Amino acid sequence: MLLRHTPKEVKERNALTVNPAKTCQPIGAMYAALGIHACLPHSHGSQGCCAYHRSTLTRHYKEPISAATSSFTEGASVFGGQANLLQAINNIFNVYEPEVIAVHTTCLSETIGDDLPQIRKKAINEGKIPEGKYVLGASTPSYAGSHVTGFSTMVKSMVEFSEKTGEKNGRVNIIPGWVEPCDMEEIKRMAELTGVKTIMFPDTSGVLNGPMTGEYKMFPDGGTTVAELKSTGDSIGTLALGEWCSAAAARELDKKCKVPCRVLDIPIGLAATDRFVDALRTIAGVSVADELAFERGQLVDMITDMHQYFFKKKVAVAGDPDQVIAMVEFLISIDMCPVYIVTGTPGKKFEKRIRELTDDLDYEVKIKVKGDLFLLHQWIKNEPVDLLICNSYGKYIAKDEDIPLLRWGFPILDRQGHQYFPTVGYKGGLRLLEKILNLLLDRKDRDAEESNFELVL
Amino acid sequence: MRKVAIYGKGGIGKSTTTQNTVAGLVEMGRKVMIVGCDPKADSTRLMLGGLAQKSVLDTLREEGEDVELDDIRKEGYAGVLCVESGGPEPGVGCAGRGIITSINMLESLGAYDESEKLDYAFYDVLGDVVCGGFAMPIRDGKAQEIYIVVSGEMMAMYAANNISKGIRKFAQTGDVRLGGLICNSRMVDNEKEMIEKFAEKLGTQMIHFVPRHNDVQRAEINRQTVIAWNPEVEQADEYRALAAAIDGNKNFVIPKPMEIEELEGLLMEFGLLDAA
Repeated sequence: MLLRHTPKEVKERNALTVNPAKTCQPIGAMYAALGIHACLPHSHGSQGCCAYHRSTLTRHYKEPISAATSSFTEGASVFGGQANLLQAINNIFNVYEPEVIAVHTTCLSETIGDDLPQIRKKAINEGKIPEGKYVLGASTPSYAGSHVTGFSTMVKSMVEFSEKTGEKNGRVNIIPGWVEPCDMEEIKRMAELTGVKTIMFPDTSGVLNGPMTGEYKMFPDGGTTVAELKSTGDSIGTLALGEWCSAAAARELDKKCKVPCRVLDIPIGLAATDRFVDALRTIAGVSVADELAFERGQLVDMITDMHQYFFKKKVAVAGDPDQVIAMVEFLISIDMCPVYIVTGTPGKKFEKRIRELTDDLDYEVKIKVKGDLFLLHQWIKNEPVDLLICNSYGKYIAKDEDIPLLRWGFPILDRQGHQYFPTVGYKGGLRLLEKILNLLLDRKDRDAEESNFELVL
Repeated sequence: MRKVAIYGKGGIGKSTTTQNTVAGLVEMGRKVMIVGCDPKADSTRLMLGGLAQKSVLDTLREEGEDVELDDIRKEGYAGVLCVESGGPEPGVGCAGRGIITSINMLESLGAYDESEKLDYAFYDVLGDVVCGGFAMPIRDGKAQEIYIVVSGEMMAMYAANNISKGIRKFAQTGDVRLGGLICNSRMVDNEKEMIEKFAEKLGTQMIHFVPRHNDVQRAEINRQTVIAWNPEVEQADEYRALAAAIDGNKNFVIPKPMEIEELEGLLMEFGLLDAA
């Protein structure tokens, strides 16, 4: 009982967070930056920040994550980090030769008031940024928002590349949100099947799920190129997947280059994928591709065949807002009951959206924004659930309360496959159902009396 | 909209000068917002008839991150919009970060949007530019024009010179410029001439010489600006003149801060004139 000190009785807490359901802003900024081709993320702060953020990403993706740091010392904290960053920009372009350095700030550099745009202009004026190379900047203090905010801010800063030449490029920008590299691949495949030409940014496919070739490449082949990022200003439209992760960038692009945008949910589950496919179809002016209709049919088939096992099963979900919204909608659509919903990321509109999805249900749904896993655990102690959907940090609750755990979200530190097998789209929906079913049926087998131990389920 | 920041040595009269000048601008029909960037939260006292404003940071602390513009912005004298950044009590926390947080929050809440139809936003900033946070109002895209309140006293000029160094740093990469020195007289000998010379050395102008007058004090006791307290008095015309000078100002420069020896020389020169 690793969490034996978690009391059953829920008490009002204002100041204390126990077992947070979120992490640092710069982790999101770093992940987003890795979706630009040949980009080196740079952490403007002390070394410890950078080391922690890199290791968290490495543990999740099982890939080496390169990132540089301004290596603040006591002196830099007092005198400001400008000198360190200027030196770093100089060193990085000389030694590692990336196309882009994506700088994000940290709590320390934010608090002492380092002004990233000002330092960058100084670097440009002093000729420290070679011709044709770029430095991006995002302000990411961890005492505001969460890793989701950091991701969104860095993606928004990418809009800076966009240029409007006046000649349309016939493409649609897709901002995929914080999804796995394989999810980005899957989203591109779906667009391609519909006949829509896309520019996806950021795009970590091929960067963080690359093959072992025996040859080390500091900058893998994947990622959105600078040329593509520039071209986003000439696109015919933008599809932003996820209000929290992608909308800010899409709106900025609309403001800057008048590229009209639509904000959709991340296409997890049947209905959200339907809306995404419909948006693609409308843009292309075609009917849905046969392949996609076929995949959709398979998903519906699995839902109907296995409905008896999903029906009325109670689920606790913890994760990031965009993902949780789509997941909750999916669970409701297959008659599972998402009774406890927690996100660590602040923002009242999350609760509003979940309420809209759950208002008509005949059971109570508990929601906590800026919540933590401690509270989720307390709820479960009071009224158990049949399934917990959470990142790897949920395993402690799952073990103590003996509940099946679907590892889902970020980070997943103790299982494999999330980089390679998508959970978005119809195919991804199938995979999610398979995983959920296996957990539920394994539990059924485990708990069955010998007289009720069934061969066929 | 013109975004103006007022800097100067602590106690020199920034808040008083700002509010009295704003009263003059309001008379001219301008729509103004004052953003107080002082942890003491007393930059809008004369506009609101007392310390009646709940500061941005207090609101943030008590109500969390979901703050509405109306929670932190209050309408004061003649429709002037008043915001107090606020900050920690003396000796704890980080007041500089407080300013960064509250200006960011005002921007995200749309306080500077065109729909607000503001002619001016004034930042009244505490003391010297002691750290990165206090430079927030002069970062690129924030205030474009700075006025430094100064007097003929050495420490005030010393501070003004230091502030000029801060402005120069940001002006090299951004649009911020020095609009002039406002001399808030302390009845120092040859004060007007000295500040004019000082302004010339910095490459700027003395935009107005505000003589010392007890009416300012009398108005303050009544928690009012001079113009609101008694529009007929001479001092009210001084602030009207300052407001008109700022409104019509076209002289914006990157300052050339003086070396300390040079600054001391200036003081000697004008101080000795008196002895002669």
